[in-house]
Formats: sequence, C-alpha cells, structure tokens
Amino acid sequence: MILPRLDILKGALRRDAGADRVVPPAGFTVRLTLFTAAAMAFLAVFALALSLAAGRLADTWGEDLARASTIRISAPPGQRDSQTTAALRVLAQTPGVASARALTPDEQRALLEPWFGPGLPLEGLPVPQLIEVVEGGDGFDADGLRLRLQAEVPAAVLDDHTRWRRPLVVAAGRLRLLGWVSLGLIVAATGAMVTLAANAALAANAQVIAVLRLVGATDGYIASAFVRRFTVRTLTGAAIGAALAVVALLLLPGAQEAGGFLTGLRFEGWGWLVPLLLPPLSALVAYLATEAAARRVLEDLA
Amino acid sequence: MIEFEDVAYAYSGDALLSGLSLTMAPGSFHFLTGPSGSGKTTFLKLCYGALRASGGQVRLFGQPVETLDRDRVAYARRRIGVVHQDCQFLDHLPVIENIALPLTVTGQASPDQNANLTELMTWVGLTGREAALPPELSGGERQRAALARALILSPEVILADEPTGNVDWEMSQRLLRLLIELNRMGKTVMIATHDLMLIRAAKAQVQARVLRIAGGTLQTAGADL
Repeated sequence: MILPRLDILKGALRRDAGADRVVPPAGFTVRLTLFTAAAMAFLAVFALALSLAAGRLADTWGEDLARASTIRISAPPGQRDSQTTAALRVLAQTPGVASARALTPDEQRALLEPWFGPGLPLEGLPVPQLIEVVEGGDGFDADGLRLRLQAEVPAAVLDDHTRWRRPLVVAAGRLRLLGWVSLGLIVAATGAMVTLAANAALAANAQVIAVLRLVGATDGYIASAFVRRFTVRTLTGAAIGAALAVVALLLLPGAQEAGGFLTGLRFEGWGWLVPLLLPPLSALVAYLATEAAARRVLEDLA
Repeated sequence: MIEFEDVAYAYSGDALLSGLSLTMAPGSFHFLTGPSGSGKTTFLKLCYGALRASGGQVRLFGQPVETLDRDRVAYARRRIGVVHQDCQFLDHLPVIENIALPLTVTGQASPDQNANLTELMTWVGLTGREAALPPELSGGERQRAALARALILSPEVILADEPTGNVDWEMSQRLLRLLIELNRMGKTVMIATHDLMLIRAAKAQVQARVLRIAGGTLQTAGADL
C-alpha cells in the first residue's frame, strides 16, 4: 500500500506536461476547488490570528495582571494627599511589594477617557487617587495588607484583581481553544470539499480513465494526474486566500490607536510567518484527500 | 502470446461465455465473428485483461491474468494494441496527442519517438490532421487514428473490435490492408467483426483463422468463410 502512495506522491510532485494535459482542464470543480481553498485559507488566517491574539491576551491577564494590584484612596480632597502618602509608606514596608506609585492626574484622565472623552476636568470631580502596586518575588500577603491599611489608612481599598481576572483568563483561554478548534474544522472542511470535488471530477472523467487504462496507464499514473491537478489548485487557492487575509489584517486599525481586544486581532513577530504555512498545509490535505478519492474511484472502475 | 484454457465468463450470475479454449500464436491472424451481442467484445476484453474470467484461465504472455495486479495488467496492455469500434479518444486533446498517448503515459515521449509518430501519421494517412480534435474527424480518420495509437508502442498483438463498423467499403479495405501489412511485419492480429465480406476479402490476401462465437462458445468457422 505504501509503494503506490509513494508513486502517486512522486507523480504529484513531478511536473509532467503530458500528465497535466490528460485530465480535461475546464470544469466546475476547478472553480469550486480554487474558490473554496481561498475562502478556507482566508478563514483559517483569521482563526489563527484569533487564537494567537487570545493566547497573548490570556498571557497578559494571567501573568502581568496577576502581578499588579491597585489601591484606591477614597478620601475628601483635604485628606487625599496625606492618605496617599500613608498608603505608600505602608506599601514600602510590606514584604513582596516590588514597587508602588500613585498615578498622575494625566494617567488617571487617560483611564477615564474611553468613558468620558478627552479633556476631562479631573480636579473638579471626586475621583479617587489610584496607587499601582507591582508584586515582587512570591508576592505579598493581601489579607495582611488589607488589615494594616484598614488600621492605618482607612480611606484605602486594596483591589488585587482576583475577582475579575480569573474569569477573563478563563474566557481568553476558551477563545484560544475556539480558535484552534475552528482551524481544525476549517482543515477538515477543506479535506471534505476536495474529496467531494475530486470524486465528482473522477466520476465525470470515467471515460478519460477508461482511455488511459486502454493505452496502458497504471493506476498510479492516473491518480497522480488528478492528485496533482487538485493539489496545485488548492495550493493556488489557499495562497490567494491567505494573502488576502493578511492584507485584511494589516488594514485593521492599530492596537495602539483604539486599544481593546478586537484591534489586537493580528499577528506579532514570528506570528506573521504562520499564514505562510497554510497553503502547503492545504495542499497536503488536498493531496491526501484526492489520493484517497482516486484510489477508491479507480478501484470501483476496475 | 494469449491463451485461453476452458475460459468462462458470467455477468451478474448469467453465463455469457463458456468453454473457450484458444492459443494465439505469434504472427497469427484471427477473425472473430458472430451475431451482435454474442460476446465478441467481451472476448476481446478478456484478451487484454479488461475483464477477468469467471472460470478457466487466460494467460497473457505466459502469465495467468488472475495472478496479475492492475499495474501488471497495465504493463501487459502496453504489449497489446487495441482498436475499439468507438475509438475512445480524449476529446480535449488534438489527434497527434491522442496517438502519442501511450508514449505519454509510459514516459517515452522523446524526439526519437516524435519521428516515429510523424512516420506513423503518414502511414495511416493522417498527415495534415495532427491538430484536429477527435470530434472533428471523419469515421475513417478516427479508425485510422485509433489504429495509429494502438501501434505507437510497437505492440506484439493487435486487437481490433469492429474496426470497419463506421466506415465505407473503400475505407474498410484500406484499414484491412493496414492490418494485413502489420501481420506481415510479425504482429499477431485479431479482428472482431460481423462483416463477412471483409473476412472473405482478407482471406484472399492472408492466411487467417476464422472463429465464431455462438451460444456462448467458440467454434472454428466453416469452409464457407
């Protein structure tokens, strides 16, 4: 079973002008394969981008946010500075705190900007002072810190992000999984589509197969003529689809301009090379699907 | 070359042929006759391994067909040129590529072979028709193109199924002369036909054995032929 497969693979890889011409060139299956391969590759690029972006998000929420906490100072304007200073002093004495700093008015304004718009007059609003706390080493004892702040800085409230970070990390992880599942389904659908198209082409060309057999063609030769046709078509379609998807991703608004998860739906660094893998992967799927279809149809027509 | 030993063939449980025994010696010339539907085409398909006998044994070049896998049947078929009544071309390829198809599928296309191809086109009288597509050919041209394709690999055996079925008398005589010429060159020839005039015309030119299929069995035809 392996030797005929190798013959077909060699035949599919070898450019044989004669073999290329024995299968009638036109037909519905040509456009069907090309279009579907392009569409599938386009969707696959987005599924990959989604997976990788979700992965980055999960890492960010899981790692960076896990090591950051916030202290909110909700004190009357006259006491806010003294309470902030007291809280920073407590933090400086707390083991496991790598650094702590009060956010500047500009930073606080930037945080509120998505909701209130630019140029917010922060001075006239009862906005609490925020202190950013970065953990170091094994982290700090959150319960102990809360008790101490309660005693020494009554206006301070510690938020270690645990409440909202955990479900977000889980959601990001599920989104990443969903991306990979989508990619798997796209690959399977590509295989199914190529199988259907190859079956249709082989059935429609039963007369061609009969003529080739009459003149002494082996099953390997006949199969490789069809396999090569479908593999090349799928490779071409997938390359077009992947290229269009990459262009579409590049045209998405930059993450720095608007922020948010959706604008981060793109590749980063080596990730831009991942779409290059899709056309050969699609061609491999097409090769395997057509080879199996050809083997089955040639057996039936024997 | 091709031997039948008590061969039977059944389709869907119905016996079509039985008790067929025959040896086609190298250089021999055979006619196979019988009424339409008597099994002449089935017999020829058994000869080139397109069908497998349901009983007895068919041997191609000494090898029992039932022991050959499909690839080995394909290799054996390269030693047998087959001319069908309906010719069976690839309609999207020009005539010259159809004639060269056996070279293409066996990886033998080369400048030397192209010279042979030109010579063969001349021999069957198709010079100038190289670029025509098969549907553009007349019945006689199609038959001659099919004969040229059957000969391109220099096979040892030529099997022709009603080669003169779709052509006029003059063309059938021309095709017959080509087949007789091939036989004189040492090829083994079998022609399946129900055209008794053709057989009589051939017997005047070549020593031919006439076989008749009747009632599913193979008989040697009488002296009337």
